[in-house]
Amino acid sequence: MLSTLRCIVMRDLTLAMRHRSDVLTTVFFFIIVVSLFPLGVGPDAALLKEMAAGVVWVAALLASMLSLTRLFADDYNDGTLEQLMLVPQPLSLIVLGKVLAHWIISGLPLVLMSPLLGLQFGLEGDELIMLMVTLLIGTPVLSLLGAIGAALTLGLRGGGVLVSLLVLPLYIPVLIFGAGAVTASAAGMGADGHLSLMGAILLLALVLAPWASAAALRISVE
Amino acid sequence: MFNLFKYSSPASFYPLAGRLAVGFGIASAILLVIGLYMSFFVAPTDYKQGEGYRIMFIHVPAAWMSMWIYVVMACFAAAGMIWNTRLSSMMASSLAPTGAMFTFIALWTGALWGKPMWGAWWVWDARLTSELILLFLYVGFMALESAIDDPRRAARASGLLALVGVINVPIIYYSVQWWNTLHQGSSIKVVDGGIESSMSEIMLWTLLVMTFACWFYAVAVSLSRVRSTILERESGTAWVKTLLKGEQA
Amino acid sequence: MDKALLEIKELECVRGDKQLFSALSFSLEAGSLLHVHGPNGSGKTTLLRAIAGLVLPENGEICWNGESTEQQQDDFNRELLYLGHHYGLKFELTGYENLKVFANLSGSDISEQEVEAALTRFGLAHCVELSVKVLSQGQKRRVALARLLLQRAKLWILDEPFVALDTAAVALLLGVIKGHVAAGGMVILTTHQEVAMDAGQLQHLYLGETEPR
Repeated sequence: MLSTLRCIVMRDLTLAMRHRSDVLTTVFFFIIVVSLFPLGVGPDAALLKEMAAGVVWVAALLASMLSLTRLFADDYNDGTLEQLMLVPQPLSLIVLGKVLAHWIISGLPLVLMSPLLGLQFGLEGDELIMLMVTLLIGTPVLSLLGAIGAALTLGLRGGGVLVSLLVLPLYIPVLIFGAGAVTASAAGMGADGHLSLMGAILLLALVLAPWASAAALRISVE
Repeated sequence: MFNLFKYSSPASFYPLAGRLAVGFGIASAILLVIGLYMSFFVAPTDYKQGEGYRIMFIHVPAAWMSMWIYVVMACFAAAGMIWNTRLSSMMASSLAPTGAMFTFIALWTGALWGKPMWGAWWVWDARLTSELILLFLYVGFMALESAIDDPRRAARASGLLALVGVINVPIIYYSVQWWNTLHQGSSIKVVDGGIESSMSEIMLWTLLVMTFACWFYAVAVSLSRVRSTILERESGTAWVKTLLKGEQA
Repeated sequence: MDKALLEIKELECVRGDKQLFSALSFSLEAGSLLHVHGPNGSGKTTLLRAIAGLVLPENGEICWNGESTEQQQDDFNRELLYLGHHYGLKFELTGYENLKVFANLSGSDISEQEVEAALTRFGLAHCVELSVKVLSQGQKRRVALARLLLQRAKLWILDEPFVALDTAAVALLLGVIKGHVAAGGMVILTTHQEVAMDAGQLQHLYLGETEPR
């Protein structure tokens, strides 16, 4: 089982490394969206600090969604997806591998970039760490849930817009707890509750999302 | 209700759906007349909110129906997935527009109710926000269904989406509640809770009648919608052809 | 000796609102080759994909060793090799990398030498280290076909395998198919090209335009 997972992850990472610009696009999208907010609402430091967690989180949602369409589409177009469905391994495991690779490519860079963006908004110390931790727990959920949407919209015209319509409402709990944890810790309240709820969501998504995505792929590949 | 397995074939369900749709439609119309009369003339004026509260008699049933229909839709979708019955998927997709309509009514009347009560058209109250997210879920379901050309794939894909949605609805609902208690004062809650505690028996009855009117309306409309879907999908089959010939004669 | 038997029972497939075929039944024994004929749009590809488990049939059952393939998907997939219209190759990867991924996922490991040998057999020596995107259409097809030699699958389902191949490669592929059938394997294929096939027990299946319902 682990070897299957490793094989898929390594394959997708190798492919991503041969298309490095795609990875950078996602990260720069994230940075640009976050940087637009101060231009929109004005450079008031207090206001920006209050908004910081929400802005960074919303941008992370959008960035993670942007890269979703590619999750299965390339494999679908060149026929490797149907071959992957025919290997003697559970499809949900293969999906999990692909999601893991997707997270490493598009989620992890966001986590690593976030303290820098937090600094721009005047977050400091513990808040920055909290921002990183919430993104670290939250972005895998985004990839997992997004995989369902990506699988459902596979091969449809306007799939990219459609996937946002399907997936963004599902992202709301993660957004609430993720941004909430940072705000709570900034206000001096504990964020343990938020973090454990996010952990619970992550576990639930880990169990159910690969299975649902696999079912969706079977429907879409027909 | 009806014997699911006997009527799980579209051909035998079509005439039954027609009769049921008429029956539920009439029942709904009668209940609606009674309910509206009760809500405008029988139910007493609320001592705290005056006459404006009467919009509750459409707002609350619409909100209830919007959630209930989503659950029913997901059940039909699940049945469609498990037994691979075409009819269940058709039912699921014909419920969606009605559900979305009730969600929209709930939001709209909520805004109308909110203006005199809270002094604003829109308040980020937990219930209204959840209702808004529910509208997004309905829209996503319908958008996915209409984006897929192959009806079989459309039914299966949107069914799966409904199932994913129904698992998420409680999580979304509780997260919005949590978010709301964290960010808002408790002033809204008092107004909201105040109505329910101060509700007289006649108000409850009115609410109940209106709810059943909405419910029967939903059944009637989705049944007649499923009838057209059946005709559309089965247009090549012999029974539809004889049916159409009979109607033309 | 276990006689692997593929059995199709009362299969019905639809695409959109159109019924492609219904009540299709046949069975295939070890050491036989099934040639599926039919005009464009008659459902050849759909039939092949349905047998492979990629398309959910509207009705009917596909049995492998007497048991429905849906019940034993992993076991069936281990015995199955499906090559469709697409090459199923990642163009950014080399031939070796492509083939290794599928070998690993099928639970076996292959060395570079084995891949080299398989590619050489298909007349593609020294292409192991080249990324697939620089190869020509026919060469890409050959890389995909090399999986036939590298994976020990019993049932081959080949959708138009001769497309883009030159005469030499067609002869080569025919030889490989004959060898497989002679060794007790099973092949189901479609082709529009005139190819002389006389391997093992040759069966023909004709899918025509079905009558409108």
